[in-house]
Amino acid sequence: MIEQAPILIVVTPLLAALFITIIGLYRPLYSWVLTIITFVITSIFSFITLKKVIETGTIRYMLGNWPAPFGIEYVIDHLNALIVFMIAVVGLIVAIYSKHDVKKELGDKIPHFYSLFTLLVTGLLGITLTGDAFNLYVLLEISALTSYALLALSKGRAYIATFNYLIMGTIGACFYLLGVGYLLINTGSLNMTDIFVILSNNPTSYAVLVAFLFIMIGMWIKMALFPLHSWLPNAYTYAPTSTSCLLAPLMTKVSVYVMLRMMTSVFNYNYIFNVLGWQTIIVSLAVIAILAGSIFALRQDNLKKMLTYLIVAEIGYMVGGAWLGNANGFTGASYHIIADGFMTLCLFLAVGCIIYKIGDAQISSMKGIFTKMPITMIGFLVGAFSMIGVPPTCGFFSKWYLISGAYEAQAWPFMVALLISSLVNAILFFRIIEVGYFQAMPNEDPEAHPKQQKYNEAPISMLIPLLTTAAILIGIGLYTSEIVTYLIEPFMDNFL
Amino acid sequence: MEFIINYFNYIIVVIIMMIGLWGMLALSNLVKKLISMAIFQTGIILFYISMGAKIDSSIPIIKQAYDEHHHPIHQVINNADYANPLTQILMLTAIVVGVATLGLGLALTQKVYSEHKSLNEDEILESLS
Repeated sequence: MIEQAPILIVVTPLLAALFITIIGLYRPLYSWVLTIITFVITSIFSFITLKKVIETGTIRYMLGNWPAPFGIEYVIDHLNALIVFMIAVVGLIVAIYSKHDVKKELGDKIPHFYSLFTLLVTGLLGITLTGDAFNLYVLLEISALTSYALLALSKGRAYIATFNYLIMGTIGACFYLLGVGYLLINTGSLNMTDIFVILSNNPTSYAVLVAFLFIMIGMWIKMALFPLHSWLPNAYTYAPTSTSCLLAPLMTKVSVYVMLRMMTSVFNYNYIFNVLGWQTIIVSLAVIAILAGSIFALRQDNLKKMLTYLIVAEIGYMVGGAWLGNANGFTGASYHIIADGFMTLCLFLAVGCIIYKIGDAQISSMKGIFTKMPITMIGFLVGAFSMIGVPPTCGFFSKWYLISGAYEAQAWPFMVALLISSLVNAILFFRIIEVGYFQAMPNEDPEAHPKQQKYNEAPISMLIPLLTTAAILIGIGLYTSEIVTYLIEPFMDNFL
Repeated sequence: MEFIINYFNYIIVVIIMMIGLWGMLALSNLVKKLISMAIFQTGIILFYISMGAKIDSSIPIIKQAYDEHHHPIHQVINNADYANPLTQILMLTAIVVGVATLGLGLALTQKVYSEHKSLNEDEILESLS
């Protein structure tokens, strides 16, 4: 059973997705329960895998026992074991959270929502686990197709926003497929380890360069790096709350993971930096992404839309960190995948609670929210402090690694952009504190009513996931050195 | 001229893909965008099929020959006689993905039309602002 854990991580939610629809026809609430059970099992399996990877090193699981270059294999090393665990936990948290929200926003579509939800997480888990370049494309499209359907469950502007996402997402995936085609012509293999060995032994041709470029551009579209980001803000803003809570932390981060995987385990990291020498250009792109994301976020008066622009800025952090070309930058980028996943989750969960109670996410309608929803705002503040980079939270440590990496690589613009972004985040979140804490509630005299009447908190099944996420943010921050020593450093020893 | 003859498939693939990509980004009608998307994907499918094509080759199944006592004859297997079927199998999957995307796209277009009463992207964006 333990040996089969890597494949069970993917198979459990895949099979469960079928049963969730069937059982939901009988009673919609059961599909919620079944989703939670599924993700508990998936989390357990991914934790077992993570533990085994830390103890024994890289696990290679061959599907159907076909040897590696011919069959598909799942390769779990230190980096993706951690990310798989993160995806499973985020899936579990959002599944618990979604109960009331889905009932309110989606009505009779509950079983379909949970079925798509589970399939989406299946796709993301598969992308992270697989060691086969074409298998990755198929799973990429599984997660993309389900995400289009999930985003379009909402009404109104969501349709046209999702349509744009569909067009852009398909272009991204097709570019990736084209890149894999170039690799297949050059190496005759689809297995990542095999391609890595073949490319390392041969002087690299222009065709490989083109393959690398295609794969990178495809992934940059998928992760919404700045000039290619236009699909993201609208698609995530008009989506149902639970959908955006699931997609915002996971989709873009998994694309960043694919970029890291391609740079380290398919193409040669030394070749990319010592022969190509594109790092200055890409880091400049990341700087522009960070600045543009921050500036656009400042202009928004809708909290949810503001957060989507912050995602665009955070993508700049990770791309920049990965392309600095030194150990600190890479540590920062891979650590930030985890940190940013939970940070974004925490903020989106808090905004979801606010939308559930107030009805919209306009900053102007949040007057007096700290007295009205104190527990939600505690979770929100922890997420906000992590975004700004206040010490005990994990946001501080990823910024610390990124800034030391930038210092080492003497990439001063990147360093300045990181600091400016922190500053802008502080302004953004203090604006909300100002409106929510210091401005009185509309049409209500604070003296006239007892406090109990104003108190109007979100249901407990939404608050527990939020507070758990807030605790995880601080927990990751406190265990930073363990994560870096046991997971990220062994990975870098293997590949850099 | 020799270049064109040698790489004829790939030149056509590039042309088809560029038509598709241009249509996806530049056209404003949503259905035309989806048609361009299908053209773009067809280009990629053709690209993969071209790389697996091999003149005078067969499917990679060894045909066993027997002598008059029904004993198998030892044969020399010539690599040039067999084509790699991998690319075609990959494209089967890609076609399925493409059909699913197109179907989802058309369903979304229907929803967009019932919401905005238009299929022109410019008109829809104008009505939203």
